[in-house]
Amino acid sequence: MATRTDFGPPYFRDMLPPVIQKNYGEWKYHERIKPGVLKHVAESGDELWTVRAGSPRLVSTDWIRDVCDIADRFCDGYLRFTSRHNVEFLLADAARVEPLISYLNEHGLPVGGTGHSITNPVHTQGWIHCHTPATDASGIVKAVMDELFDYFGSWRLPALCRVSLACCLNMCGAVHCSDVAILGIHRKPPAINHDLVRAKCEIPNVIAACPTGAIRPDPKTKSLIVNEDKCMYCGNCYTMCPGMPLADATGDGISIWVGGKVSSARTPPKFSRLVIPFLPNTPPRWPETTAAVRNIIETWARHGRKHERMGEWIDRIGWERFFDLTGIEFAEQLIDDFTLAPETYRSTPTFKW
Amino acid sequence: MTESDTPLLDELESGPWPSFVTEMKRAAEDKPAAKDLLLQLERSYVDRIGHWKHGGIVGVKGYGGGVIGRYSDLPEEFPAVAEFHTFRVNQPSGWFYNTQKLRELCDVWDKHGSGLTNMHGATGDIILLGAPTAALQPCFDDLAEVGFDLGGSGSDMRTPSCCVGPGRCEWACIDTLELLYDLTMTYQDQLHRPMFPYKSKMKISGCPNDCVAAIPRSDIAIIGAWRDRIRVDQAEVAAYAQAGLDIAGEVVALCPTACMTYDAAGRLTITDAECNRCMHCINVLPKALRPGVERGATILVGGKAPIVHGALLSWVIVPFMKIEPPYTELKELLDNIWAWWDENGRMRERLGELINRLGMRSFLKAVGLKPLPQMIKAPRANPYYFWDPEEVK
Repeated sequence: MATRTDFGPPYFRDMLPPVIQKNYGEWKYHERIKPGVLKHVAESGDELWTVRAGSPRLVSTDWIRDVCDIADRFCDGYLRFTSRHNVEFLLADAARVEPLISYLNEHGLPVGGTGHSITNPVHTQGWIHCHTPATDASGIVKAVMDELFDYFGSWRLPALCRVSLACCLNMCGAVHCSDVAILGIHRKPPAINHDLVRAKCEIPNVIAACPTGAIRPDPKTKSLIVNEDKCMYCGNCYTMCPGMPLADATGDGISIWVGGKVSSARTPPKFSRLVIPFLPNTPPRWPETTAAVRNIIETWARHGRKHERMGEWIDRIGWERFFDLTGIEFAEQLIDDFTLAPETYRSTPTFKW
Repeated sequence: MTESDTPLLDELESGPWPSFVTEMKRAAEDKPAAKDLLLQLERSYVDRIGHWKHGGIVGVKGYGGGVIGRYSDLPEEFPAVAEFHTFRVNQPSGWFYNTQKLRELCDVWDKHGSGLTNMHGATGDIILLGAPTAALQPCFDDLAEVGFDLGGSGSDMRTPSCCVGPGRCEWACIDTLELLYDLTMTYQDQLHRPMFPYKSKMKISGCPNDCVAAIPRSDIAIIGAWRDRIRVDQAEVAAYAQAGLDIAGEVVALCPTACMTYDAAGRLTITDAECNRCMHCINVLPKALRPGVERGATILVGGKAPIVHGALLSWVIVPFMKIEPPYTELKELLDNIWAWWDENGRMRERLGELINRLGMRSFLKAVGLKPLPQMIKAPRANPYYFWDPEEVK
């Protein structure tokens, strides 16, 4: 039998609930009923209820079958997922919403993640399945969300809050525009294995992979030399060559970035900015990281105005005030010295004490 | 009572947030690979370092990507994860499923793999985590049988994704779901056979809220837009005010272009010509305000995460394009962009980095787009610009 290829994903229209089939593209408005619950109303007057629940992202087939059972029981067999790993149960019948929520609560599926809440963190694989991580992913997210759980199912924040985690600078999932980004970093140059470099690596490609030009060929050893003063441990060379490993139990850890956003509401998308250059890897619950994230979010929650995202709040009060209010020590690594650095320096004497 | 093999991970079974450790243990009940994955992860928690070897090329017949090779660096201790490769499986538009289709997927994965998945990966694919080399082709054959194809990996068009769009959202200015399906089917070769300088990501959001983060994380971002007037229902404006919403403070004062007024009679007036369509007022008053009816998309390019030369946000190159089947104008643009990048890009140079190196002016000329003020935040502040000698005569 010839293998079938290039037939594409299952066609979504075959899997839409009847209320969506009928009202496709004809939605009129929606109401945010309570955290985790949306009600969309079509021009026809039909209602579509959505109940959003958090998932651990790394799930077994048993879990998928569990949510299928729930969808069969309450939603005629239809469900969807969000771009942030939440599962959404879609119902046409308002009477089934509260029984569904009770059932989800009883079965450990937290309802929330809409509106001015902390929704499910986007994250990467970490030690579970990645070959370049500087930290774990699922474990830190679990620890952080246990700590901030009440903000998932409530509307106690000034605006929505996107927490994201990437376990190295590759940033699968692109966390660089999050209200709070947790990013794994290395702090030691590659420990070169010359035999592996000679056996497995295309030397010119490894040299070209370095953003700071820190790598040069070593004709004597037919391998590579790293100018350690120029290395900022990004791991690009390791991506190209297994002979350049950076992972190190003492060198590796976490950095914290804040104030990014994706949507263009009010202000354009923004990058998150570095505020804590290093916290240690302390499994299984990473207490330094969870405390830092809680402090930042709760400081914003106390001082931010309604609808003001983390980065908009910081733009209003100034970074100097952010460090003052959060009590975070300003580290020298926060001063940019990469390619666009001058854009981040201040050219006016108008600042706050 | 027997002592646990995974005392550190066991601590992540407590607490209110759903536990991935519990999920791993459920899979481990009948899957040796899931059991060894749990044990190897526990080792990482002790050693504070990952235990996967670098890379490895694996695949299935007819595809150049879609399966990621993964090998344990402790294969003697954890033999069931010695080979633990990942499938990226192309998700349906908007991540809509029925339970029958999901159960079919589970049956295939239980038969061939670890029983562990991500629903979903950050790019959008269903991620099936962990199968040995010998299981890859049979697993793919069974996936194909139930209608699931592979997604992208390596230097190809990565699996594109889109927001919920007209499936549920009244703000969807384009049919994100149908457009995604059409583009995915049109570009199957680019998705499945790496042929580009590096990865190329494409994401589609129905409005500037950008629920799939297209602008920060895709080389090509298609964002729904309208060109006429925001539709206002004054009765619903009044109802919000009646219900206690501070329209002057929460809506008008936060409008970035100051194009709105709210008068003493409770009438909200928008000077649409000055509106930049940021969505804030519509977000706060969804029952009273709606996007206009002349709809299309703004197209931006160049977004990416830091590797290699720093993170970029996508830049506007087409302020407005009608997006209707068969999407000819859009596809011609995509073909031109990829052709220019393919021709000029160095190995591992993303589109945004190439535009930075060769200049936005060269890019616009090459793909046949006229420079417009909507493309920039500000004109240049330096006098270092070029003239074509032909222009200086």
